Amino acid sequence: MNAEVAIIKTAAETALAQAYAQAHARLPGGKAIAAQRAAAFDVFAREGLPHRRLEEWKYTDLRALMRDAKPLAAPPDAKAKARASSAGVLVGDVEARRLVFVDGAFVPELSDTSALEAGLSVGSLADSLAGGDPALAARFGKVAPASDVAVALNTALMGDGAVIRIAVGSTIARPIHLLFAASETPAATFTRSLVVVEKGARAMLIESHEGPSGSDYQVNAAVELFVGDEAHVDHVKLIGEGADALHVSTLAAAIGARARFNTFTFIAGGAVVRNQLFLNFDGEDTVAGIRGATLIKGKQHADTTLVVNHVARGCQSREMFKSVLDGEAHGVFQGRIIVRQGAQKTDAKMMTRALLLSERAEADNKPELEIFADDVQCGHGATAGALDDNLKFYLMARGIPAAEAEALLIRAFLGEAIDGIEHAGLREALTDSVAAWLKARE
Amino acid sequence: MSLLEIKDLHVEIDGKPILKGLDLTVNAGEVHAIMGPNGSGKSTLAYVLAGKADYTPTAGEVLFDGKNIFDMQPDERAAAGLFLAFQYPLEIPGVATMTFLRTALNAQRKRRGEAELSTPEFLKKVRELAGKLGIEQEMLRRAVNVGFSGGEKKRNEILQMALLEPRLAVLDETDSGLDIDALKVVSEGVNRLKSPKNAFVVITHYQRLLDYIVPDVVHVLSKGRIVKTGGKDLALELEARGYAGYQEEVPA
Repeated sequence: MNAEVAIIKTAAETALAQAYAQAHARLPGGKAIAAQRAAAFDVFAREGLPHRRLEEWKYTDLRALMRDAKPLAAPPDAKAKARASSAGVLVGDVEARRLVFVDGAFVPELSDTSALEAGLSVGSLADSLAGGDPALAARFGKVAPASDVAVALNTALMGDGAVIRIAVGSTIARPIHLLFAASETPAATFTRSLVVVEKGARAMLIESHEGPSGSDYQVNAAVELFVGDEAHVDHVKLIGEGADALHVSTLAAAIGARARFNTFTFIAGGAVVRNQLFLNFDGEDTVAGIRGATLIKGKQHADTTLVVNHVARGCQSREMFKSVLDGEAHGVFQGRIIVRQGAQKTDAKMMTRALLLSERAEADNKPELEIFADDVQCGHGATAGALDDNLKFYLMARGIPAAEAEALLIRAFLGEAIDGIEHAGLREALTDSVAAWLKARE
Repeated sequence: MSLLEIKDLHVEIDGKPILKGLDLTVNAGEVHAIMGPNGSGKSTLAYVLAGKADYTPTAGEVLFDGKNIFDMQPDERAAAGLFLAFQYPLEIPGVATMTFLRTALNAQRKRRGEAELSTPEFLKKVRELAGKLGIEQEMLRRAVNVGFSGGEKKRNEILQMALLEPRLAVLDETDSGLDIDALKVVSEGVNRLKSPKNAFVVITHYQRLLDYIVPDVVHVLSKGRIVKTGGKDLALELEARGYAGYQEEVPA
């Protein structure tokens, strides 16, 4: 007999268990993958949905927030595909190789898989799993934490995603854009992508998530990223889901030696967003920028949970997360930097700042440092506060109306994080998104 | 009609009376100096004219061009032609000086129903004005006042004034923290702007600035009221004798 106390299942937990029972036989992958799915489902079955008594999920109680679990999305129909063809507004005019996923399924006819640059291979997870891709099998699940229930559900129920490989020494100048669009049907999608950037290669990966407001669809999207030694990877995730969506996404990365790695998350959409980053610095002397900007209002809830694991010596990481919270919005940042015993000469600095535009907005901030090495430089800082009335007055005294003065100050506040994006076009697109958000506020 | 008419103005901060019945009339084409000891209410006057929150007028009125300024937000006052050169200009991280100048100028023009300046027109104008004030182009690319020296901040205030071409400029201790060379540059900036159509209220603690910006009228402010008004010689007299004679309680 199992001694563990059975947890009373919520409607959402019951529905997820049913979805797995009904779907697991037809989900892609051979025996090995099926076994991984089963093991992952067991984690969920044992733990249930994450709730507030788990420290990692303290501020985002999925068990309470998820009233139900939507059925797994059906393959997109022509209408859904047609709608998705106009998606991608968040990236503005940025020219990129698009790989489009509608309701979690790869749509080749909307994607650009022609004239691949030398060293680049792209494909769908469903195809790779069905074809038993050995390279995929070797990497799959190696970096995403199996004990995290969101990841476990993703592993158990993943239907499709992108599989990208960039060969040793290849520079792929054109950004690769994974565009995830939800249709109007309120459904659940579980996507899993695997990106391998080999030694000395260079690439930029954009991941965007969007969908219609008025539909309470659910997204669970995970990306496993392998950054080889001396590789240079820029990753940008744009979460612009519809106003009623539940979005849980995970970036889990293993980063090699002497690499450069930048990641930026922009959160503006979704009713409930949980953005997880698990970043492992496994090789020496890597330099990383880990940044994000969140702009939420109304009753939006956005949680960024970051675990930076410095395993190897001599790495530098800079963490900078900014959030602007209006209305009754709730912003959460949990940032944990772990410096393992062998990670001497680690240089890690984390800064989080929240700007509260309303008295009813809430910011929770939980920085944690766990340091097991003795020769390191680590620090963190956190601030939360309202706009500076004196600065606003100074701008107004020069003739700038109140709303415009606030917008200028908010843009400046976010600028520090957004300016960390190396791609100028994307930086501009995000600045435009911020401007549009501010305009809607006036 | 006078450009600025202040009648029996009473102002409180946090319930504490600071200005206690101040009267002042400024006509176009005039330069007024307001001098007085620390704590006499000089900066309060400057802030209340510009519209800073927490500076609460409790009695009296202020008419700018015949309009009650207490009905106007700070940005409306600015667009109407009122300018305050801050004693302590603020640093605005993340906002480039050029963006700030351009946003301010265009906001004022828009409110007045004027067309925005084109980018080349704007750049030309700013560069020309900055050049005269000895402001480097590099400074204009930096965030507003961030990393500027005290003198650079004051020069930046004068640049804003020169660009915005106000009808009434209030200079709140613009001379404080300036060396003699900077004082000359700033004064020349003010004098270049002087015309029969505009006016200046120069608030200062010292007479020194008035050697360069020559006032038509000098007022002594003490305990929240103007206690003496005279010509430019009054400033010299104050310099020689100090404010000692003006520290006494003024009969209510």
